[in-house]
Amino acid sequence: MPRATARKEEPAEAGSDIVMDEAPTSHQPEGRDDMSVDQDDENDEAGDVEEDDAEEEEEEDVQRVRLLPGSTPTAASFEFLNEGHTLGNALRYIIMKNRDVEFCAYAIPHPSEAKMNVRIQTFEGTTAIQALEKGLQDLQELCDVVTDKFIDAREKFAASASS
Amino acid sequence: MPHKPPTKEELERRKIVGINEETITDVSSTDFPGHYPGEDHSWDIESFRRGFRIEFHQNDPFEASFSLIGVDASIANAFRRIMIADIPTLAIETVFINNNTSVIQDEVLSHRLGLIPFKGGHEGLHKFLKWWRKPTDEALVNNSYYDYNTVSLRLEVQCEHNDKAAAGETDPTKLYKHAHVYARDIEFCPVGRQDKYFSGADIIAPVNPDILIAKLRPGQEISLSMHMHKGVGSDHAKFSPVATASYRLMPVIKIERPILGRDAEKFARCFPRGVIGLEKVTKKEAAQKGSGYEGHDGELKAVVVDPMRDTVSRECLRHDEFKGKVKLGRRRDHFIYLVESTGQWESDAIFLEAVAHLKKRAADLEKQVINMVR
Repeated sequence: MPRATARKEEPAEAGSDIVMDEAPTSHQPEGRDDMSVDQDDENDEAGDVEEDDAEEEEEEDVQRVRLLPGSTPTAASFEFLNEGHTLGNALRYIIMKNRDVEFCAYAIPHPSEAKMNVRIQTFEGTTAIQALEKGLQDLQELCDVVTDKFIDAREKFAASASS
Repeated sequence: MPHKPPTKEELERRKIVGINEETITDVSSTDFPGHYPGEDHSWDIESFRRGFRIEFHQNDPFEASFSLIGVDASIANAFRRIMIADIPTLAIETVFINNNTSVIQDEVLSHRLGLIPFKGGHEGLHKFLKWWRKPTDEALVNNSYYDYNTVSLRLEVQCEHNDKAAAGETDPTKLYKHAHVYARDIEFCPVGRQDKYFSGADIIAPVNPDILIAKLRPGQEISLSMHMHKGVGSDHAKFSPVATASYRLMPVIKIERPILGRDAEKFARCFPRGVIGLEKVTKKEAAQKGSGYEGHDGELKAVVVDPMRDTVSRECLRHDEFKGKVKLGRRRDHFIYLVESTGQWESDAIFLEAVAHLKKRAADLEKQVINMVR
């Protein structure tokens, strides 16, 4: 009997999934939805003059990482805009090296959308977001080591070539 | 049951991708926590530093070769991909054609011009020059060009008869003036502070002055000006700083049982020159029981001299006389890079830039993640 009730609950859950689907697939900066279209346009026009100078900063301000709906603290999917296999696979590797991570994978759902999804599931005691942050930090540390060793090796090679 | 740490041989074995006659084995890396019971394998920067090594094989401006040893394919591939697609260079992006009466159509000529690699002062190229972004409003485009985001060039060539040509001359380059238009005919027009960064040896000029752009005949003319901008290879291949940036895994050749005499010579011929050497079997080896060398004192045996030069053609696996005597493989964590620069960057600098780029990408995303949580 308990089983039957559990089955019956499933359609309801599926229904809630549909609600999630209604969330826009493309990323929008938070709070934009609430603004009216007119307000948006006015802001754009006013900002145009300044945009030239602050262009680089402006770009950094765009939120490129998003937590996808349906995520729990220990099992989450993230959507990265304008990232591909380059960072996706490297990040996947370094997150999988974390012993608190049960599962990590990345996907590019469609090649014509510049989006990359990362799924992280962790064991109790840490969260998926923490695992993602640690992965990004580890990747930076790794790059430092590679740079140091590369410069050392290059110097050594130059010394051996000249002598 | 207490877990025994893996032996050196076991660790070595895990690193080898097996290559058989028709199949490959052990393709994926296994150095993840939880893969081997009782072993850690979690990320540790110190153990990475201890196990990671770089060796240079060649370091010329246009070609560099080096090995990254002790790193995963995902990381090595990220560096390779960044070198090809994400390191910015300066290339011709817009061509304004005043007159083109040559046989090459405007759009084909423009495309050819775009693909010419240029060089210039490093400080100016990498620090002074910034991105140019096309304004969304067409009316503002003409006000978006500055000395720090646009380099302008000119190409003015007219073909004429050469009066001094000998009678009966058939070579068009002698018969006419400017019959061939080369990359060296492109003229750099500095504006603003560009004089400071791009003068003397640092002038913006084609890396190879002898690239043929077009051929003309008397009366034909090419007159155009060009704008160069910074761009990345993911947008267009002309912006890629490398001709090729590739890696291959270090080949492993293991001779498991002696290959002697004529077989050894044949074995050496199965590989590129220099991979397999021939040595005489020493008295000591011949005296050793069970070594397979008994009674072969003074004969030639095959030895592996330089596996890096191997192409892993598997030719040796096709011959019956070597069955069971040799094992081929590749080292999973030994990447032999070959970076060929197009000339705007030094080859080794491209790799360093790629590492710095990956770090910056990770740092930017870390900020983004922190911002997302907030």
